[in-house]
Amino acid sequence: MVAATPQFAAFVSQLALFLPTASGWICARDPRLRIVATGVFALVTVNFTHLFTLLLALLCAVIALINSGGWRRWRQLLALESVMLLLLLTLPLTTPGTALFTIGEFSASHAGLSLALTLLLKANAVVLMLLALVGSLEPMQFGHALARLGVSEKLVHLLLLTIRQIHLLYQEFIRLRQAMRARAFVPRSDRHTWHSYGWLMGMLLVRSLTRSQRLAAAMRLRGFHGRLYLIDVWIWHWQRTDTAAALGFALFLSSLMAMDWQL
Amino acid sequence: MAHIPDGVLSAPVLIGGAVLSIGLLTIALRRLDDERLPAAAVLSAAFFVSSLVTIPIGPTSVHLLLNGLMGLLLGWTAIPALFVALLLQAAFFGYGGILVLGVNTLNMALPALLCAVLFTPWLRRIAPAQCFWIGAAAGLFGVLFTGGLVALSLSLSGEAFHTAAEVLFASYLPLALVEALMTGTVLTFLQRVSPELLNSLVVLRD
Repeated sequence: MVAATPQFAAFVSQLALFLPTASGWICARDPRLRIVATGVFALVTVNFTHLFTLLLALLCAVIALINSGGWRRWRQLLALESVMLLLLLTLPLTTPGTALFTIGEFSASHAGLSLALTLLLKANAVVLMLLALVGSLEPMQFGHALARLGVSEKLVHLLLLTIRQIHLLYQEFIRLRQAMRARAFVPRSDRHTWHSYGWLMGMLLVRSLTRSQRLAAAMRLRGFHGRLYLIDVWIWHWQRTDTAAALGFALFLSSLMAMDWQL
Repeated sequence: MAHIPDGVLSAPVLIGGAVLSIGLLTIALRRLDDERLPAAAVLSAAFFVSSLVTIPIGPTSVHLLLNGLMGLLLGWTAIPALFVALLLQAAFFGYGGILVLGVNTLNMALPALLCAVLFTPWLRRIAPAQCFWIGAAAGLFGVLFTGGLVALSLSLSGEAFHTAAEVLFASYLPLALVEALMTGTVLTFLQRVSPELLNSLVVLRD
């Protein structure tokens, strides 16, 4: 696929309706547990103050990511790291404290460097855990689990319909993009390219509107009267291992918290 | 990048952002009745796909935010649409984080909503040939305001972030120009190809 960047295709395939079922201990756990555990992990991790506990939390997230098979998508972390790089470069220079080294009239402080490192570890630990526990869910499962956790049903329906439509519109996008390539269009940094891409997006919107009218008509034909029902394709049984996992995770996090206070 | 990672912002900023986002989201969802759910979903998906297109500028390339255009075309519906996009990007692509989802949503949605309030009335009043300028204004305003809010949420979290916030805001300036050009072009295209689209979307807008 030259039409879209390979990264782009990988993104959209991540939102496929049915993913190949991932094996691994984490992927067998209850989706609701995985979402709640990620939230709790994030809440606890951002409050850590010591580098050692943060390193342990990051290690735990890395192990989880490897177990869930999400490490193959390491490339997706580049966007996060670019933001962190900016903080890593500016924070040591702007935080007051004992000077570590000086470049010209700027001096890098020890406190600033450790603050930047703390932020780097926190952000990475949370994102890795998020990709490991939630990113390995099927998007449809994710929506259903959110609904079961009490998120507004209308929002969940919007989420589920949007996930499906992203896929269909991506196909539409590839078709339009191929038509442009067939007419020898090569993206460059000039007015013609921007103009053509503007029209491409406009065409995507026009097609999506007619698509939405067809979708609404098809839904009404099947008796849609303004309310959707959640039908669980996955029958979720809360297993004993889920309870064990929840308890183990809680114990791990509370011992990390205790360690962070003690240090 | 409009995605602030977890762990950077201070607790008051996170809580404030989350509360405001939930409030806006609740109002927006109440205004969106179930009949219009399919249309809202399809258009959210169209914006999601469009925002993943890489636009080359100079030696690098950028992704558009499109929140100005979303505000113009979707009105209040832009808020749940943006929230869904950010949620998917956080959970499946690793952009941003969980606790900052509220702040990130607010940073994108507030400019979209203001674009809807400021520029939508002009769409009906102005001559079709002038459509480009409304789109350009909305694109420029959407990106600059989002950049300002991102910088503000960083600066509110601590003195040390001031420089980073300034650098980040400066990096939004070239994006704002490209976004203005693209949004204007898209709006001109829609005006020419299917002017009824601009009218029929009124159902989603109010």
